[in-house]
Amino acid sequence: MPDRILSFFCSLRLTVACLVAALILVFVGTIAQVHEGLYAAQSRYFRSMLIYWSPAGFPLKIPVFPGGYLVGGLLLINLTASYVRRFSFNRDTIGLQMTHGGIVLLLAGQFATDWLQVESHMRLSEGEAKNYSEDSRRYELAVIDATQGESAKVVAIPERLLASQKEIQIPSIPFTLKINHYWHNSRLSQIETNTPGAPASSQGFGQSIAVREMPATVKMDERNLPSVLVEPVSAQGNRGTWLASSMLQDPQTFQVGGKTCQLVMRPARYYKPFFIELKKFSHDKYKGTDIPKNFSSRVRLLNSASGEDREVLIYMNNPLRYGGETFYQSGYDENNPKVTILQVVRNPSWLTPYISCALVSVGLLIQFMSHLMGFIKERKSA
Amino acid sequence: MKKWFPWILTGLCAAWILASLFPASEKGFKTREFGKLPVLLNGRVQPMDSVARNALLEIRNKQSVTLENGQSLTATEWLLEVFYNAPAADARKVFRVDHPELLSLLKLPETEKHFSYNQLQPSLDEIDRQSERINAKEAPLRTTFEKQTLKLEQSLQLYRRLKNSLQPENTTDFASELKDFEKMLPEGVMAIHNQQAGKPYDKEAFNELAGMINRFDLVMRMAYPLTVPPASADAPRDSWMNAGAALLEYGKTNGIPEPVRFYAAMSQAWRQGKPDGFNQGLEDYQKWLGQRYAPELTKAAREAGFSQFQPFYKTMVLYILAFILACVSWFNLSDWLRRSAQYLIVLAFGLHTFGLVFRMILEGRPPVTNLYSSAIFIGWAAVLLGIFLERTYRDGIGSVTAATLGFTTQIIAHNLALGGDTMEMLRAVLDTNFWLATHVVTVTLGYAATFVAGFLALIYVLRGVFTRTLSEKTAVALERMVYGVVCFALLFSFIGTVLGGIWADQSWGRFWGWDPKENGALIIVIWNAAILHARWGKLVEARGLMNMAIIGNIVTSFSWFGVNMLGIGLHTYGFMDEAFKWLLIFIGSQVLIIVVGLLPLNKWASFKQTPKRPKLPQPAGGR
Repeated sequence: MPDRILSFFCSLRLTVACLVAALILVFVGTIAQVHEGLYAAQSRYFRSMLIYWSPAGFPLKIPVFPGGYLVGGLLLINLTASYVRRFSFNRDTIGLQMTHGGIVLLLAGQFATDWLQVESHMRLSEGEAKNYSEDSRRYELAVIDATQGESAKVVAIPERLLASQKEIQIPSIPFTLKINHYWHNSRLSQIETNTPGAPASSQGFGQSIAVREMPATVKMDERNLPSVLVEPVSAQGNRGTWLASSMLQDPQTFQVGGKTCQLVMRPARYYKPFFIELKKFSHDKYKGTDIPKNFSSRVRLLNSASGEDREVLIYMNNPLRYGGETFYQSGYDENNPKVTILQVVRNPSWLTPYISCALVSVGLLIQFMSHLMGFIKERKSA
Repeated sequence: MKKWFPWILTGLCAAWILASLFPASEKGFKTREFGKLPVLLNGRVQPMDSVARNALLEIRNKQSVTLENGQSLTATEWLLEVFYNAPAADARKVFRVDHPELLSLLKLPETEKHFSYNQLQPSLDEIDRQSERINAKEAPLRTTFEKQTLKLEQSLQLYRRLKNSLQPENTTDFASELKDFEKMLPEGVMAIHNQQAGKPYDKEAFNELAGMINRFDLVMRMAYPLTVPPASADAPRDSWMNAGAALLEYGKTNGIPEPVRFYAAMSQAWRQGKPDGFNQGLEDYQKWLGQRYAPELTKAAREAGFSQFQPFYKTMVLYILAFILACVSWFNLSDWLRRSAQYLIVLAFGLHTFGLVFRMILEGRPPVTNLYSSAIFIGWAAVLLGIFLERTYRDGIGSVTAATLGFTTQIIAHNLALGGDTMEMLRAVLDTNFWLATHVVTVTLGYAATFVAGFLALIYVLRGVFTRTLSEKTAVALERMVYGVVCFALLFSFIGTVLGGIWADQSWGRFWGWDPKENGALIIVIWNAAILHARWGKLVEARGLMNMAIIGNIVTSFSWFGVNMLGIGLHTYGFMDEAFKWLLIFIGSQVLIIVVGLLPLNKWASFKQTPKRPKLPQPAGGR
């Protein structure tokens, strides 16, 4: 029996089945992007074990096809199993060994990327310096102890906790933040005489604002805009309810436990041990057209720990790799020509495609070249 | 005779190609020379000839104008008339309108397809009104009628801009107008200064100059190509201006720019029907450019010469001829026909290569930069593979493959060229010769090889089912060819796809983003790998291999064109709607042939006498 299981996992039948399933999956997943959006289609078809189908009107989830993780995982097992079983080091098979080793590395590297990669962005205007980048999709609720001015202490509460917890302790101040309501996607409207609505909170901006719940969006060009209604409670009592929202960019100040606190919902931040300062952003177009010719950002990299202080030019196809992260020229602000947007990516397995590409290319070349040579020799002698 | 026929035929064709390299010298107006003058448009220096051709393609879907008397105007001849004699040009029937609803909206006869600006004039307001509404509508929701209306509106806009490119369209004597401008400039400027300062001023001079400025301002706002090179040698090389801007921004202080003067001199001579004066003005301008802008002058002349030579059109003729010869050779098995086809294909391939390389030099780019050049390159690579197969097997199969794929890709390229400038500048992220030369070239080679394998499989099925010409020897040869070409396809499509990922990692920070174009490349890799593994695992035999290779055609056509059509809404091109229909027809035809290929072998014409399947050769590889 174990033998049969092993044979199954080593078989070429399984390989072909996985490849055909992968082909169908990629094809359907690509077409689905038109209606479901890139992100949703990716999650449903590629980052999943099974793809479900729910018949209209029935609360059923029927698995209809293996998802990307399952197909990719099976292929990886199939490859590794047959690799281990048939490994023999000789001249005839070295090309195949290299090719399949490279594919294993590629697949494994992509699984690793999927789990480990963190993408964020950094928006800088000329002269501005930042030591953090911001998440493009997720927000956090920052509670800032602003008593000491500049050296403010910050407690950042991610959306995940806001959605799941009823209350959160803020030990450094100290007080408890009760979470009365959390909206994953919301819209705010100003309450005026002609647009009535219930005030969202008893304190702060929320007194004149109404919150409307929105269905979560999956579109590429839209993002969910969360809001949260909180109530700081300390030993001295209750401080009323406050509305924090991704649409309210200014912090709101309240007093608690003898300290001045600020409350703001902002894109989740990733702090770095160094600063990036934008010196100059250039955006060239071809003469007489709107076709972008080049974007580039001249930045200053400032690391007080290592004493580094140097200028770097980041432009299309030429990112800056520093501190385990890569900074790419990603965009610009249509309204402000002095603003650059850098994409910041942390991906520990970024090198795997490079190595696997080299391995597979050389492997396939060796394999097919030896066939070709043999074939030509045979034709000549015939 | 039969022995020499292939050589004689190839020699004749070569002579035909060479002859068109040396066109007869021009009598009368040297319009061909005018077509070589450099201008800046779409961010690149190009000849007037290209401006004219691309404008006509947009307006008329053709690169020349056929007149009612059966004669024709070259693109440059037409453009000269538009520039210098707008009233005459307005009477030419150049606007193609063929949608019945649009024709009835414009109250035009349905019996014709081409109309003049004068004929459209009464409906201009109506067209504007309709386009305004259509523009507000999302592109994917527009009907064919709406798209056609919008296209006509854009053609009209382009035409109006062309008319006001060198001089205001209602000018009869621009040279004199410039002289007057120069003469009264000091007084006029003084009058304007005084008027602005609230002092008494010369009213007549003021009004006259203001009137001229208004006319030049029209040119400044409307002019299409930038015709005036930078005034000083140390200005950026691409800071060209249009004629109106040159007159208003530069001319007011520094006198009339020389190029504007030269164009005006040509204008006068053209209007008066004096070829000598025109040719003299042209020659003077060329000399002037030669001293200051020699590289631009040469580049534009080369591009114009290239368009005139039409190497790709000539390869199409040769491929058709070779296809017929090679097909016939299968039936009467005559080697001289097969050899003729083989030689012709080598000749066509030489011409194809010349065209490809010449474009690369003109652009300073690797061979593939857009969809148009990918078609040219896929054809080139497929022909090369076909030549190699023909050399090895000498059975006409390589030649038929080369001829068909060479011809088909040229047809596709020709249709893609209707979309406009095929040497457009590259957006910032694509502006990297390194990745264009590595990723794009390899992945395109992968497309080409997959198509070759698929086409060989088509030959196998069609010859096997419908003719008796698929002998056991041929069948075995085809099987080996398909297998070898699929290996080649996997190699290139894999390397190309991974290099694409690495490029994405370099420019966006992710190796793989499941973007449609990436997925398209991936499914080719997956499918080629599936074919080879199915073969190695003996899950398929000869016929299964062929059917899988034909599916490869569908997969590749989807990656090449299909994914671009998914983005309908982001970038709609008129052509893409038309192309979608053809893509479906192609896919349908492939499915049909697969169904035919699934017929039991004893129903195949070639295998009827011998119900046994042709003997399977040992697969060359195995894991």
